[in-house]
Amino acid sequence: MRVRALVILLFIAGQAMADDEPLHVAVASNFSLVLAQIEEHYVLRTGVPLRITSGSTGKLYAQIVNGAPFDIFLAADVDRPARLEAQGLTVPGSRFTYAHGRLILWSRTHEDCEQALRGEGFIAIANPATAPFGRAAQEYLRNSGLLDEATGRIAYGENVMQAFHFAATGNADVGIVSPALVNAARLEPGKCVAVVPSHLHSPIEQQAVLLARAADNERARNLLVFLQSDFVRQIIERNGYGAGQ
Amino acid sequence: MNLYGPLWLSAQLALVTTLILLVLGTPVAWWLARTGSRWKPAVQAVVAMPIVLPPTVLGFYLLILLGPQGAIGSWWVSLTGNALTFSFAGLVIASCIYSLPFAVQPMQTAFETLPRQTLERARTLGASRLDAFVSIAVPLSVRGFVSGAVLAFAHTLGEFGVVLMVGGNIPGETRVVSIAIYDHVETLNYGAAHHLSVVLLAFAFTVLLAMFAFNQRWSRR
Repeated sequence: MRVRALVILLFIAGQAMADDEPLHVAVASNFSLVLAQIEEHYVLRTGVPLRITSGSTGKLYAQIVNGAPFDIFLAADVDRPARLEAQGLTVPGSRFTYAHGRLILWSRTHEDCEQALRGEGFIAIANPATAPFGRAAQEYLRNSGLLDEATGRIAYGENVMQAFHFAATGNADVGIVSPALVNAARLEPGKCVAVVPSHLHSPIEQQAVLLARAADNERARNLLVFLQSDFVRQIIERNGYGAGQ
Repeated sequence: MNLYGPLWLSAQLALVTTLILLVLGTPVAWWLARTGSRWKPAVQAVVAMPIVLPPTVLGFYLLILLGPQGAIGSWWVSLTGNALTFSFAGLVIASCIYSLPFAVQPMQTAFETLPRQTLERARTLGASRLDAFVSIAVPLSVRGFVSGAVLAFAHTLGEFGVVLMVGGNIPGETRVVSIAIYDHVETLNYGAAHHLSVVLLAFAFTVLLAMFAFNQRWSRR
């Protein structure tokens, strides 16, 4: 009798623990501060905790290819989620665009961002090889005829958050960063904040995807539905992004 | 990008750092080996701190100190017109701090085992302090100098965290080999990562082997 009670107790405890098992979300650095806002509402509504890992899209992609235990991937481009899909690492049909990114110029030290770009000081961008925002920033510099001249004074952040941090500490005169960082970071406001005209770089279409290990995870699907709700779309727009689909 | 460029840059950084540390570290090691001052434990602790501190702590403070608005950085800007962060010069400063204990401690150990009387005799025979140091202490402490130099060089070559935080990954300026390997791995460019890693692996083994062989032969004499 006692043994059976113990077994039942353990079973219930095991169930409870499974319910508390957090969802593992890998998010591109540019969006991590927005996800933190979304997380607050999501946890309040569902009680499901999130475990968030942020990094450059390319780095997270490499980790997923190598078996990282993520349920959901919020990338900063279409390319990486599509490649994961082609490799069978995602749940087919789960891929969708959750946001459209914009490039923002930000400077702590200069009142004119354009001038800071053309000056002597450093320009901070994310590493173009791994970060879509870095790639877009590089395209922007090339299309404005600045890239050749600026070579040697471009400091590459590991991801767009580090690029912003280089500018926020005044080590770079100007950073080419993502809207969420500028809007949500608890920092003194920049002396100049300017949106880069979108025709000067390829569109930054940001896609989310459900990863294969979460194929049977109802709560992971719920989170994806929540991400497409009007409520979340408003949060995304409030942070300076275009909402998805 | 030239595959081996970062390797060469790291070698230059390690060489410059080692030379500076031999010059600056020797008087520190000498003082530590011979002083009875009550400040000795404090100085020893400061010298040894980079062994214990996470590179991120060093990187964070260096970014603030060396930046154009920082205490050292602003002075450097007014002197040279250039910023220290994201520059080779900045990495040299960072590496000197980062590798300081690896240079100082072997030298200190060597100085501590010097026979005191020999030095005193030289002094009573009329040798100046410097002369006594150069003609007696230095030859007797070769082992300490070699160990210190080799460890400082090798440790600087392996530096990663600090450079990631203050380097800015600029090709030819701050993209050292450890950062280049990290980039290659992140972009799934495993071939290039292997190339550079194998070179470092071989180097680390060779250099340590040479140092231990040298030490063994020296101690037999």
